[in-house]
Amino acid sequence: MQFIRSFKFLILVSLLVLPIIFNQIGMSFYLDLATRLCILAIAAVGLNLILGYGGMISFGHAAYLGLGAYAVGIPAHHWLYGGLDFLATNNGFIHITIAIVISGLFAFLTGLICLKTKGVYFIMITMAFSQMAYYLFVSIEEYGSDDGLVINTRSQIPLINLDDPIQMFLVSFSSLIFFMWLVQLITKSNFGLILSGIKDNEARMVSLGYNVYLHKLIAFVFSGIICGFAGVLLGNFTTFISPEMIDWSRSGELMFMVILGGVATVMGPLFGAIVFVILEEVLSSITIYWHLPFGLLLIAVVLFFRGGLSSLLSK
Amino acid sequence: MDYTLLLIQVLNGLQLGVLLFLVASGLTLIFGILDFVNLAHGSIYMLGAFICASLTYALDSYLFAVILSLPVIAIIGYAFEIFLARPLYARDHLDHVLGTFGAILVIDTIAHLIWGPAGIAIPLPNYLDGQITISENIEIPTFRLLIIVVGLTAAFGLLWLVNFTKLGMLIRAGASNRTMVAALGIDIRTLFAIVFAIGATLAGIAGMLIAPITEASLGMGNNIIITAFVVIIVGGIGSVKGAFVAALLIGLIDTLGRSFLDDLFKLFMSTGAAENSAPAISSMSIYLMMALILSFKPKGLFPPRLG
Repeated sequence: MQFIRSFKFLILVSLLVLPIIFNQIGMSFYLDLATRLCILAIAAVGLNLILGYGGMISFGHAAYLGLGAYAVGIPAHHWLYGGLDFLATNNGFIHITIAIVISGLFAFLTGLICLKTKGVYFIMITMAFSQMAYYLFVSIEEYGSDDGLVINTRSQIPLINLDDPIQMFLVSFSSLIFFMWLVQLITKSNFGLILSGIKDNEARMVSLGYNVYLHKLIAFVFSGIICGFAGVLLGNFTTFISPEMIDWSRSGELMFMVILGGVATVMGPLFGAIVFVILEEVLSSITIYWHLPFGLLLIAVVLFFRGGLSSLLSK
Repeated sequence: MDYTLLLIQVLNGLQLGVLLFLVASGLTLIFGILDFVNLAHGSIYMLGAFICASLTYALDSYLFAVILSLPVIAIIGYAFEIFLARPLYARDHLDHVLGTFGAILVIDTIAHLIWGPAGIAIPLPNYLDGQITISENIEIPTFRLLIIVVGLTAAFGLLWLVNFTKLGMLIRAGASNRTMVAALGIDIRTLFAIVFAIGATLAGIAGMLIAPITEASLGMGNNIIITAFVVIIVGGIGSVKGAFVAALLIGLIDTLGRSFLDDLFKLFMSTGAAENSAPAISSMSIYLMMALILSFKPKGLFPPRLG
């Protein structure tokens, strides 16, 4: 146990220190990689809340990343180029508020319908709704349709300059730590225990008098908001926002991270994101056809290796 | 209202609906009977288009290419069942989703390696490339009509196969209780593989039919698969009849929405607002319809009774 705990601590410290060291010796590429890793890990933490702890297999969580990113992109676009004055701003707090409201609302409205269903229905409906968001942004020419939206600015937050890569990384890293802590807090709370009770035996929780639908809906909305926040960071990080962020293969990758890392564990989503980002980097540097080995690996993981990396660690 | 345009768009909607049915019926069959979620079904649709395209150039005949592609796709479906689906039957749906997601990446990349990044157009023979004149200002492309006919034939053939043949009887029996069927001396594993191959062939046919119109391209499978999901969710997962009704409904709503929604909006809002909002709303129309139907019938229009 002691060994595992210090191993996890070591991972977190290296994730914080190594990219900055690399950056100082002129390898800024690794800093960007680590920023992206942290952002994806936040989204995976959000997904893990419902997938891991709540047993709700959402195949549409990339939608929230996209919504969060557009919540930065659209106000910034109007701030830069005019139009829709009530929306035009580069104030980071307003971006975050819009992202939270929109992703929460999207999760609430789709959740109302998705959560009436279970199993395969749930998987497919979450997928369909995220595709709806995808086609919505593709159809709006004002925001670049397929080509996406380039914003030459970032969210303005007092005392923080997101244009500085190191500060961008530190914000992403500390957000990740914050959300890992928050999700752990939720899962240890009364609410979290009810949630995992629902995952294990829904009929029993109904009999015990819990409002299962409501608990699931709250978790679903919360998970969407976390991913929406990750989207705000992603939009600021790339300053290029396109419907491609919502493509369902992005949702599949998020699921891959959560499951490979080990569902319903605190560190799992982070492990999953680390493995995913490294795999993507290494494989795509070897061949542009990196989806081939990646797909084969995914199949192999499913066929031969269950429970994820975290379970491997705790054995 | 332009009735000629309306008629043409209704036919286009039917054509889309029929293609959606060919893809969705395989999905729903595989799910209803094998309890297996196959995300890679769209990739088989894509393979159908590409294989047919290559064979058309090799044989210099679209018709022979289609005839030869059918068994090829069936064999691919059969192999897919043996190597990927069969080991996963006992697992939960999450593993099906992840495993077949991996399969999509593999199949799409292999297609990319074989056929390259650009799409391949398929030339039609002259006898399919013409127009059928209905009245002096209404002409319908022969091939689009053929798609509708082939799709409807496949639909009724499938319903007949499942409901009125010995194989269909075994399939339905296997769906309700596979252990019992196996105990009666039926080779249930081969039976399931056959079902999988039938489903794959139906998707392959859809790919072969659409390729001469849109050309065979890499993203085509991933574009249609989600719409096919919407079809089987609306129709009720596992119900072939539901898939048929929902496919035609969605084909029509999608096509008509794209061409007439702005006219409809202009009735009660300014032209500018209508032209801005119509594309956004019509791109979401089928998902909004799905949401509407599910809020009244969470298990779709025709929930199957299979356990």
